[in-house]
Amino acid sequence: MGECYINGIANISAQPTTDADRFLEEIISHKTSIFKAHDPNYKEFIKPAAMRRMSKSVKMGVTAASIALNNSGVEMPDAIITGTGMGCKQDSEKFLEKILYDDEQFLTPTLFIQSTHNTVGGQVALGLGCKAYNLTYVQGAASFESSLIDAQLMLLEEPEKNILVGGIDEVAKNSTLLHKLDGQIKEDDIDVINLLNSKTGGTVHSEGATFMMLGSKKTDTSHAKIVDIETISKASSEEAEKHIEAFLDRKGISIKDVDAVILGNNGDIDYDHYYRNLQDSLFSETEQLCYKHLIGDYPVASSFGFWLGCKIFEKNTVPDILKVNSTTAKKYDTVLLYNQYLGKNHSIALLQRC
Amino acid sequence: MNKGVAITGMGIISSIGNNVEENLNALKSVSHGISRIDLIETRHKDDIMVGEIKKTNEDLIKELGLDPLNSFSRTAMLGAIAAKEALVDAQISDINEYRTGFISGTSVGGMDTTEKFYLQYPESEENRRFIKAQHAGYTTQSVSNYLGINGYVSTISTACSSAANAIMLGARMIKAGKIDRMIVGGTDALSKFTINGFGTLMILSDEECTPFDDNRKGLNLGEAAAFLVLESEEIVEKENKKILGRVAGWANANDAYHQTASSSNGEGAYLAMKKALKIAGLEPQEIDYVNAHGTATPNNDLSEGVAMTRIFGEDKTPVFSSTKAFTGHTLAAAGSVEAVYSLLSLRENLIFPNLNFKTKMQEFALVPQTELLSKELNTILSNSFGFGGNCSTLIFTK
Amino acid sequence: MAELQEELKEKIIEQLSLEDVEVSEIGDDDPLFGDGLGLDSIDALELIVLLEKDYGIKLKDPKEGKAIFESINVMADYISKHRTK
Repeated sequence: MGECYINGIANISAQPTTDADRFLEEIISHKTSIFKAHDPNYKEFIKPAAMRRMSKSVKMGVTAASIALNNSGVEMPDAIITGTGMGCKQDSEKFLEKILYDDEQFLTPTLFIQSTHNTVGGQVALGLGCKAYNLTYVQGAASFESSLIDAQLMLLEEPEKNILVGGIDEVAKNSTLLHKLDGQIKEDDIDVINLLNSKTGGTVHSEGATFMMLGSKKTDTSHAKIVDIETISKASSEEAEKHIEAFLDRKGISIKDVDAVILGNNGDIDYDHYYRNLQDSLFSETEQLCYKHLIGDYPVASSFGFWLGCKIFEKNTVPDILKVNSTTAKKYDTVLLYNQYLGKNHSIALLQRC
Repeated sequence: MNKGVAITGMGIISSIGNNVEENLNALKSVSHGISRIDLIETRHKDDIMVGEIKKTNEDLIKELGLDPLNSFSRTAMLGAIAAKEALVDAQISDINEYRTGFISGTSVGGMDTTEKFYLQYPESEENRRFIKAQHAGYTTQSVSNYLGINGYVSTISTACSSAANAIMLGARMIKAGKIDRMIVGGTDALSKFTINGFGTLMILSDEECTPFDDNRKGLNLGEAAAFLVLESEEIVEKENKKILGRVAGWANANDAYHQTASSSNGEGAYLAMKKALKIAGLEPQEIDYVNAHGTATPNNDLSEGVAMTRIFGEDKTPVFSSTKAFTGHTLAAAGSVEAVYSLLSLRENLIFPNLNFKTKMQEFALVPQTELLSKELNTILSNSFGFGGNCSTLIFTK
Repeated sequence: MAELQEELKEKIIEQLSLEDVEVSEIGDDDPLFGDGLGLDSIDALELIVLLEKDYGIKLKDPKEGKAIFESINVMADYISKHRTK
């Protein structure tokens, strides 16, 4: 197995997480079931001429990529791999609505060009002049993890590479609202901080971006080691538990060795049993952490878990706002991540201090 | 030469045939699938020519035996038909006997249903099950669930190189021993979204497309799905499997030049071909035939042609053709459609012609193969390029 | 004519999201592409739609745009000769 280190990381979410020195000291309270990211000043990272056509996900992606690069000290990545569940939803939606409302007339190319899922990956490459490998994965809640699996494989094939991996998803005006109609988003607005105790179906949606620089060697800027990642398309709650046990087994790690588990609970009463089951069984004695009551849910929300893991190793402490049980770990050296959405696209990842 | 990863099954549905044999017959009898649009309501009906599969969604539902209340988009149904054929071809009866994964490339995902129901959703509950089906990953899972694959499932969406990239990833994962068997390919249905999208770029031809012709006017959109079964050496040996060919080389590079257009020196294509040759352990002169991306847009064919002259030398470029004049440009599926055609070329020792070519391009001496040609074939290079500067090359060997 | 030129500048700024550009900064004879305003081939396609939508001029070949969009003056001249609305 090739080694895989996170040598640079950046996150944009509905909380102020862009500043590398801070770790959720200040929490923004969201009171609606759809809310936007806390925007950094994009102008600091993107030239006005380049910015004029950029939708939100491109701005978030290019900015997070730029911070992650800077954070890692790598100037030119040897591959750019992105993941997005819904791609450039804003421009896709605008283009579709123009087709439908204007009866396929007077359409302009910019929206179409930017509707493709690999827009962010392509724009990051264009901005850097990076001619290397450039791929985009679109697999619902496992989109970001799909990119990580590719990166991990590439480090096995070509260990000298520095690989920029990112996850991006944005809120779009009407298509996000459609998810209220099919029950994915809660019908009524709620105080998002109380999301995890919700007694209704659906969750809350938001947006964000995480970029990481991965390499096979530990460097001065290394935040964590990714021991392994696995995605599972479909599983019952019992099967998910078995997958996690088998995953840890293969890594030679016992449940006791896991200092904290970061779970993707999203307050959907119909699907949170996937996490509850683990909280009550495998990880009943483990420190349990959740984050979607801070940043909402979206296909690449699970990438926030990687950022959390890195921050926990760096600060050696966990903000109380993340804790959902009374167990506190003695140390934070090994962190397990688990996420799923609507019983599909499960992901398991193991991070270790390095 | 790199031994490559074994391909043990293939399946396809396109505007020239509903399965592999029908596609082969159409290619051999030089009968293309380009027509006017019959199945989509669009004001551009009489403006453009397309490669449309003349089966309604109801036909496809029946063929697959789906529940009437299914949430399969047309893209998913085409994918399921092709993937199923590939499994049968590989004689796989127990899908979970080995660690099996599924990777599909798609660009439109469920757009064909979204554009039909989008305006109805707020008022009517009837079709709301398709809201989720818009997402590309959902399309893939519709197919993987249909096949019974529950483990590693992923979707690549890099516009028109998606399926080529899916084949590349599958080959890499098998080679690294991460998985035993991978079904790889891509699927895209025609949609108003892409018809209008490519329309805004003014690269749709109102006639049958003419790849690599000096007077080419643009592309014909098409729809298709094609999948391959890749299996590890262990399975191949243990089960004494027939091998259709091998994926021996692969690479992806970025042109990093423009959001949609290719650079004039074809840098991304050049880098992709160069690296794929290196991975295959082949010299450029060892390539017997190139199945070009050849979309028939002014920009693509020039850029790709220049890249080929850079790799092979202008007077040493192997026999090449674009099969897009048969099927239209099937977007995310193009890479796997042309992979199936490449495997048929290897099997039949036949090169399928580049239709509609009349006049050599002014910029270089390259002339595509315009007639069906019998030739001993051992190595085929296939290109697929997409928006965002995405350039992919695959090399198939006997 | 001068009115049409002002109108074009406003429309170009809006259509192409040139947020940081003022009408007064675009000279009537400044090249719109390359060194001047710095527009690119995607902008050219956007301008072709603008011609059709607002002035009823339909270009079939994107290459025709190159000469027409040379500068505001050239564009205004072409529009006044060919407009159907």
